[in-house]
Amino acid sequence: MSSLEHAGVPGTVAGAPSAWDFFADRAFRALAKAGAVLILLLLAFILWQIGRKAWPGMRDYGFGFLTSTTWDVGRGHFGILPAIWGTLYSSFLALVIGGFFGVVMAIFLTQDFLPPRLSVVFRTTVELLAAIPSVVYGLWGIFIVVPAIRPAADWLYAHLGWIPLFGSTLSGPGLLPASLVLAIMILPTVAAVSQDALRQVPYRVKEAAYGMGTTRWEAILGVMLPTAATGIFGALVLGFGRALGETMALAMLIGNSNQLTLSLFSPANTLAALLALNFPEAGPREVAVLMYAALVLLGITLVVNIAGGAIMAVAGRTIKK
Amino acid sequence: MSPSTIPAAERSLAQMAPAGAGSRIPSLQRAPLERRALRSGILTGGAWAAAILASVPLVSVLYMLIVRGGARLHWDLFLELPPAGFEMGGGFGNAIVGTLVMVGLGALISVPVGILSSVFLAELGPHSTLASAVRFSAKTLTGLPSILAGVFAYASVVLVTGTYSAPAGALALAVLMVPTVVLTAEEAMKMVPRITKDAAYGMGCTRSQVIWKIVLPTSLPGILTGVMLALARAAGETAPLLFTALFSSYWLVEHGVMRLMQPTASLAVLIYNFSGMPFENQIELAWAASLVLVMIVLFVSIVSRLLGRRRV
Repeated sequence: MSSLEHAGVPGTVAGAPSAWDFFADRAFRALAKAGAVLILLLLAFILWQIGRKAWPGMRDYGFGFLTSTTWDVGRGHFGILPAIWGTLYSSFLALVIGGFFGVVMAIFLTQDFLPPRLSVVFRTTVELLAAIPSVVYGLWGIFIVVPAIRPAADWLYAHLGWIPLFGSTLSGPGLLPASLVLAIMILPTVAAVSQDALRQVPYRVKEAAYGMGTTRWEAILGVMLPTAATGIFGALVLGFGRALGETMALAMLIGNSNQLTLSLFSPANTLAALLALNFPEAGPREVAVLMYAALVLLGITLVVNIAGGAIMAVAGRTIKK
Repeated sequence: MSPSTIPAAERSLAQMAPAGAGSRIPSLQRAPLERRALRSGILTGGAWAAAILASVPLVSVLYMLIVRGGARLHWDLFLELPPAGFEMGGGFGNAIVGTLVMVGLGALISVPVGILSSVFLAELGPHSTLASAVRFSAKTLTGLPSILAGVFAYASVVLVTGTYSAPAGALALAVLMVPTVVLTAEEAMKMVPRITKDAAYGMGCTRSQVIWKIVLPTSLPGILTGVMLALARAAGETAPLLFTALFSSYWLVEHGVMRLMQPTASLAVLIYNFSGMPFENQIELAWAASLVLVMIVLFVSIVSRLLGRRRV
């Protein structure tokens, strides 16, 4: 019985599991299963809870809530069209900027541009960008980004003010500073997921391209990006989902003004910022409409995130073939 | 490929092919100013510029934190209460306690549930319908906007108990931590070699014994990495605490008694509240609190990285 001596129980012989062992096994397995079911129930409970609290608001304001543009607590008029517009517009701007830099960063980190030492520096930069809390970005945005872009914004308004994009002055908080900070916050998400997509492309594909005499960028643009396209698209969708739900940077930088605007410099509102700013002081009636707004935000982000997840699943499957 | 060999190869190829009969062999040598090479070079320069530009915000944030936050950093900050309107001085001791208490309570709820369900996902029924449903809902929860976790906790705790409180904030944080714990712990447990487990089964272990004596100890570093990541993320969250824990200018523990069912301060909400105030003192405190918060988050992230590196 030397093997048992190795196991540290000299002289004893392993027996069959005792009745207690069987019982403990059953109990633990049931417990683990219960834990798993709890995760499932948690999602259902969140949907049910928000839906239930939103029901009075939905009953009273119906579909018009989504298309009305006034938010007047005193007179009981509530509408979230400006907030929906602001959410989509700011997230789209952030996606254009953050998505571009995120994908370029992913190419930069995966396509052998850097010696290993330097590569660690940039990798750490991206990870640190993700680690900084959004409220700190908000604070930074108020005191650095807004003053930094104000001269450029004033110049654009003075000279190109007839273009709707530049149709107002930047008085402080506004769409552009909010979207810039949002772009910085989604950059790590886009960069990380795109890097995974680019790494999944088999090495021999790149070698084949180089072997045909392509330059590095012909290989990247003609072979690597198209092959990883589905994954990169998924990364952008996930980044968009992240931008839609981001709250603090927007609540601090977007100016909380209910207006439908195309101008980059005018204040606006988003669903998440609306919730953050109005919930703490809301009466019961306002809570119901805020819950309705929360349900709308939940619906939008769920659709975008599930779509992103599905695209990633497809991307994983196509590359493995 | 050294440039000198290419023309030689080209020449020999040209000699092999009889002149005239479609023997147009393109030049294999690449001149630096040729159109294709130039385009590649310009794009490479552009990629460098973009990568450096993308690093500027991080440098700027860290610089501001160190300069403006560091200027105010002092031991008193950790011991004093937040100042009111025109008061000078003050600190955010109660906010640090509040953050630690709420993140701790959140972990107390989310870590056991998360690890139990990942045991199910990785070991007990990895291919079952329940497992794929749980994986789907964990992934969906990952994408849940943090403010909606706050809305959920508001509806389930604040409206029920009638008061803003630390447990309400902790529940919101727990909802945000659970998916990270579940998904990383499952990955860690899947890394445990099949043969190790089979050896234990071969000795007559029950499945629970294999899980407790083999799977959990082996995958512990990986599980802890996930837990630490979740903690770091939760510590920086503001939106879920805004209207669940609210804020408070008083200590959570007074006269040796911890009263949880009352509004509770946190570093993140303090930064948010003070950033909008027109008083220089409060804004300085917001920067100092940001520095402390970022240091806490980075410390936890680095610990998680170190744990992850030890993985088998």
